[in-house]
Amino acid sequence: MDGEELTEQETALYDRQIRVWGVDAQRRLSKAHILVSGMKGTVVEFCKNIVLAGVGSLTLVDSREVTEEALSANFLIPPDENVYSGKTLAELCCDSLKDFNPMVRVSVEKGDISSFGGDFYDRFDVVVISSCSFATKKLINEKCRKVSKRIAFYTVDCRDSCGEIYVDLQNYTYSKKKLDETDECQLQYPSFEEAVTIPWRALPKKVTKLYLAMRVIERFEEAEGRNPGEISIADLPGVLKLKKELCEAQSFNESHVPDALLERLVSDTSEFPPVCAILGGILGQEVIKAISGKGDPLKNFFFFDAIDGKGIIEDISNPNPGS
Amino acid sequence: MVGAGGIGCELLKTLALSGFEDIHIIDMDTIEVSNLNRQFLFRQSHVGQSKAKVARDAVLRFRPHISITSYHANVKDPDFNVDFFKQFNVVLNGLDNLDARRHVNRLCLASDVPLVESGTTGFLGQVTVHVKGKTECYECQPKPTPKTYPVCTITSTPSKFVHCIVWAKDLLFAKLFGDKNQENDLNARSSNAASSSQQAEDVFERQNDEGIDEYAKRIYDHVFGYNIGVALSNEETWKNRNRPKPLYSRDVFPEEPSQQNGNMDKNCATDDPLSVSAMASLGLKNPQDIWSLLENSRIFLEALKLFFGKREKEIGNLSFDKDDQLAVEFVTAAANIRAASFGIPLHSLFEAKGIAGNIVHAVATTNAVIAGLIVIEAIKVLQRDANNYRMTYCLEHPSRKMLLMPVEPFEPNKSCYVCSETPLLLEVNTHRSKLRDFVEKIVKAKLGMNCPLIMHGPALLYEVGDDLDKDMAANYAANLEKVLSELPSPVTGGTMLTVEDLQQEFTCNINIKHREEFDEEKEPDGMLLSGWTQAPRVEKDDNKTVGNGGSSTSNASSAMPVEAEEDDDIEFVPTGKKRKVGEISKATNPNLSDVADDDVLVMLDGENLDINKKKKLQ
Repeated sequence: MDGEELTEQETALYDRQIRVWGVDAQRRLSKAHILVSGMKGTVVEFCKNIVLAGVGSLTLVDSREVTEEALSANFLIPPDENVYSGKTLAELCCDSLKDFNPMVRVSVEKGDISSFGGDFYDRFDVVVISSCSFATKKLINEKCRKVSKRIAFYTVDCRDSCGEIYVDLQNYTYSKKKLDETDECQLQYPSFEEAVTIPWRALPKKVTKLYLAMRVIERFEEAEGRNPGEISIADLPGVLKLKKELCEAQSFNESHVPDALLERLVSDTSEFPPVCAILGGILGQEVIKAISGKGDPLKNFFFFDAIDGKGIIEDISNPNPGS
Repeated sequence: MVGAGGIGCELLKTLALSGFEDIHIIDMDTIEVSNLNRQFLFRQSHVGQSKAKVARDAVLRFRPHISITSYHANVKDPDFNVDFFKQFNVVLNGLDNLDARRHVNRLCLASDVPLVESGTTGFLGQVTVHVKGKTECYECQPKPTPKTYPVCTITSTPSKFVHCIVWAKDLLFAKLFGDKNQENDLNARSSNAASSSQQAEDVFERQNDEGIDEYAKRIYDHVFGYNIGVALSNEETWKNRNRPKPLYSRDVFPEEPSQQNGNMDKNCATDDPLSVSAMASLGLKNPQDIWSLLENSRIFLEALKLFFGKREKEIGNLSFDKDDQLAVEFVTAAANIRAASFGIPLHSLFEAKGIAGNIVHAVATTNAVIAGLIVIEAIKVLQRDANNYRMTYCLEHPSRKMLLMPVEPFEPNKSCYVCSETPLLLEVNTHRSKLRDFVEKIVKAKLGMNCPLIMHGPALLYEVGDDLDKDMAANYAANLEKVLSELPSPVTGGTMLTVEDLQQEFTCNINIKHREEFDEEKEPDGMLLSGWTQAPRVEKDDNKTVGNGGSSTSNASSAMPVEAEEDDDIEFVPTGKKRKVGEISKATNPNLSDVADDDVLVMLDGENLDINKKKKLQ
């Protein structure tokens, strides 16, 4: 390490978390640059967590205007038209996030996330996207993978009272403490495209149904040219039809993708605040682990469903013959 | 909600966003800088203000039309009685100590209001639901009690750094700067003649004409040199142990008298006693550094000098406070010097402060996850969705692919003395033990009652109250000093006592069994309470007997309590107990009806013992 020490101010503020992950990790956090797109409830929770943790900078992308739905799970924006009128979601969230930790540089990047060129991503260590179409997720994931310095890439989505986190750390080496010694571990992550194109029959047995349901909804919105979340109960027949087609094409048993779950996902697309807190918390921990290089990272999908209360990790990757 | 701290801030925010419109929040604390890394409703400018009040104001900013009532008060105040609790549909705890949790548990039982409990430490956390008659109450399962250490380990045979900290904090610091009238084991076992206890008193007192440098060195030499020398003279103690090294200042300090004085100027500029610092004085800046024996010794002397030089007025009244920089420096240095003497690895100030101050390591993310889980359970409670109540555990490492693991609650424990009103059994020598012992050690300490009332049949033996009749108060005071068998209504074998806490509305019956003898070491209180489940105590490793050097191998475990560990309530996930058999209602959980999955409910079995162990080691 370059011998840079934390300031007295940082030591006092971060005392309790330094006791969890150590001074070295805290130093790394203070040098990390995070890009976030899609300022809905879950992402707002994540941003709160990462700013409190003391990252170097946080850049927000979301040029949407305030709507009722946008306010529903967002504690950063006061529900006062005088305050929010004329500003984008990113701008409003930025103003509030700065308050949480004056030592973190929070800023807004205007424009659409899918339009940024490859070198835009050069300056980031972590990229988190949400409320994106299937195509956009693929696109940005690819751009991040092209950057020579490794970027930790995440997607997070919450629909109704369940949600999903996807993690891509590419080729990842990290240290793991075992009693008195420290082990070096290595993991290989598939790209987003690689992961979601794994035939369903090749997935782990009893894979979470939510994974499958999310893929169906994703494809449906893609096929219909919808914005993410732009779906309703009226679309259910179309969604079920697509599900049938997808399953048949892969010789996959339809009953593994419950109709009831799909119905739930199309009926209520708004985020349930407790689930935002849970997903935002888990995601926050993952990003902190990736930046500090300490601790087992999640590989590679995480699901939470309030109905059964389980928070499940699924490894959706092609098994490596040599590993 | 009880608690507006780490969990409380996250919880209040999530409740408000989730549509709760009438929230009351109780917290007795004020905001500190170290809170700000996770209690995000607070800002630097709020330091010193009431947590409950500031949290309320912050949340109203994004939900202006809901009702939040804040109380800057202790939940154990008599105002928060059963009638108060009865107002609520559900109580949510975000507390950091066992005592308050037990108290709230009893009030929720008495008022029949469901309770959602929670706790976090670092990356671990859990949420549990307690509904009277349906599930276990919070006290149905044993909770880890505060760690205690055998006296001899602290005074004579430390083997871990924490033993040195306890010595430095509860013995040395207390002896030098605390209440002189307090009993102190510091010189226990250093010599046994009556005259030398007289000597011991004199040793720690600063003589009238004694210079501060002289005094400091004398103390150093006495506790690190002389006392060790005396301990070494007892051969038996050291038969199977590494011998400590006596340390004298003349050996530790090189011959540089002029350089040994710290730069007092650095501490003159300010009048603020709390900013006086030995580290500043000596130019040791980094709390993460592990100082050498020499550096620790310098800090020790300097800190001692600064206390007498700059904070003389406080001496005799001080108790250790983790936010008192000079106290932390002193305790760190003293513990490290002792550790050096006994061949125990030294620690940095940062680490020592954590141990001495029982600091709980904490991050925002775990609290956020737990808060989300609490709200989910709270909603189930409001919907009376009893079959779906879950205890949820947030793990650091996944178990069977799960980071968040829900478990069905258990049925109430039929032997729980709190919710099942099972009588307890107390073995006691009714001719030797006084009522006072019973009240302090059993009723208050073990049973967790604050304001007890003790009856033998219709006879009131003792009660606590503000408005007691003078005669009755005198009567009770007299009763306290009587042995049980000589009370106005004699308590002997076969007697049943009824003990009540009116505020907690909690009653407990205790059957008395007379017993003549008690093991001085294993049962130092001379009383044994059973039917009351206590978690196993930690720290018994020093109790391997070494020859017959009786006193040095005592395992009297009551004497050296380390302060209660805050937030140590990660429960032991039990195995092999009766399950609550809930029927998953297919009507309300349509997707579950399609499931061929056989582990919809997480079954507890031997496989999960690993989690138990991990949590315990934490």
